[in-house]
Amino acid sequence: MLFVELAVTGLVYGCMYAMMAVGLTLVYGLLRILHIAHAGVFALGAYVAVVVANATGSLALGFALALVVSAIAGVAIYRFAYQPLLGHPPFVPMIVSIGLFIVMQEGFRMVFGAYGIAFDDNPWYTSTVAIAGINLNYVEIAMVISSVVLLVGFGLFASLTRAGIGWRATVTDPQMATSFGVDPVRVRYVIFLFGSALAGIAGALVGLLNNYVEPTMGGLVSYKALAIIVLGGLGNVRGTLLASLVLGVVESYGTIYLADVFDRDAIGFLFLIVVLMVRPQGLLGRG
Amino acid sequence: MSAYVASIVSVVGINMILALSLNIITGFCGQVSLGHAAFYGIGAYTAAYLSKLGVALPLTLLAGTITAGLIGVVVGLTSLRVRHDFLAVTTMGIGFVFLGFVRKQKWLGGELGISGIPASGLDPLAYALLIVGAAAAVIAFTVWLKRSWMGFTFDAVADDEDAARTVGINVSTYKLTAFGIGTALAGLAGGLYIYFARIILPDTFDFVQSIAILTMVVIGGTGSVWGIVASTIALTLLPEVSRAASDYRLLIFGAMLMLVMRFSPDGLAGLVRRRTTP
Repeated sequence: MLFVELAVTGLVYGCMYAMMAVGLTLVYGLLRILHIAHAGVFALGAYVAVVVANATGSLALGFALALVVSAIAGVAIYRFAYQPLLGHPPFVPMIVSIGLFIVMQEGFRMVFGAYGIAFDDNPWYTSTVAIAGINLNYVEIAMVISSVVLLVGFGLFASLTRAGIGWRATVTDPQMATSFGVDPVRVRYVIFLFGSALAGIAGALVGLLNNYVEPTMGGLVSYKALAIIVLGGLGNVRGTLLASLVLGVVESYGTIYLADVFDRDAIGFLFLIVVLMVRPQGLLGRG
Repeated sequence: MSAYVASIVSVVGINMILALSLNIITGFCGQVSLGHAAFYGIGAYTAAYLSKLGVALPLTLLAGTITAGLIGVVVGLTSLRVRHDFLAVTTMGIGFVFLGFVRKQKWLGGELGISGIPASGLDPLAYALLIVGAAAAVIAFTVWLKRSWMGFTFDAVADDEDAARTVGINVSTYKLTAFGIGTALAGLAGGLYIYFARIILPDTFDFVQSIAILTMVVIGGTGSVWGIVASTIALTLLPEVSRAASDYRLLIFGAMLMLVMRFSPDGLAGLVRRRTTP
């Protein structure tokens, strides 16, 4: 029974990682930038959700605003931090991204305090439901449902709409796509808008899951998301989804069976390093 | 010179060794590393563990240097398999693996680290001078390295790995050498740190520390020596000079990283070069 329970917890975490990592891998696929400041967007989503929910008493409003604000923040990051640097080697925007992430994290600390905020009213946190003998609380279920809905939605967008096809064309061959009338700048905006909205929702859900929002909460999740996109093969969306779920499960088992040697965070990266040494191109290869 | 000044001088010296050692890997040889603090930590933990067993100072420093360098070469092996962005994330992972390992080891003190490290036997001032001497030696070494044949070869590898291989450079050997030297020097900095601090905690060697070291390199000018010496002194003294700067140290680091990359991607050194040569 423990065996199954660990797998389920692992998959719940995997869904959360997937929501973070898909945004990162989209940005990487398009611009070849390691978007570390994505972690700041994640924390921003959580803060907006908790502050709005506590002020108005409406969790739904908190989540809606978290989605909107983090999407706008993502576009602003692209416009003001990355766009001026597109001609430079990838090292340069990566450093900027690290700088921006630190600034955001310190900004949260200054504005909201170092100790974190809890939700005043978090009914989902305490209500659990037993599915096939395994207890899950509502937040965990919401995490799985929202990641599936959002990612399937993105899949449909990419395969059915003009903008989605334009995006795929731009990733494959920017010049060719441009000459066929796809506006590459608009594609970038769409990617940052969507990826950041996902990160913001993930942040808000993690805030609910821990019933706690703190300035540094983005850090570890985003470092792991970086590990995941490398595992999946940088820029490869399918590989990223697979790697997210695999990492969630590996961590979940690792925390039980390797507890005396490594902590949870080390296990993920250890797994990453081992996989990369065997398959330097990632699990499914470069996208 | 008061004890306060001696302690600041020690910190500047240690940071300088750290920044210059990362510069050998990232600046000279072009291999991005986001986990340099791990080797600082390996040196510190090795030296601290041995010093508690009663091993004398020169030997603990040597052991810290060698252990960090050896593990550095092993980590360098990853740079033969993965490049650029993959390497950045992998080295970042090394940092987390080191921390996660140390935190769980009872014989290394776990979360509480190692305390009660024996005194160096020197008074604080003399010990600060020892650190400064070591930093000066590292400066001289990197200046020499940059102008040596090995420095030119590093340059070639950093510029274009495939082209370097075409002209007959054994790229793997040079990458591993850069990792070996750079991480060994970080280990030396770790060894020097323990007799200064007398206590080590796992969190001293976390990702933020890696980024702080990288900040000094990037702001000074990746690949330069004197730019980095200047930026290390400035960034270490800044929190001491101003109270506000010490409260918002990380905020200032982050903002500087963004501004320097935006307006002068080759750092202070590049800024000076452009001012002096029209």
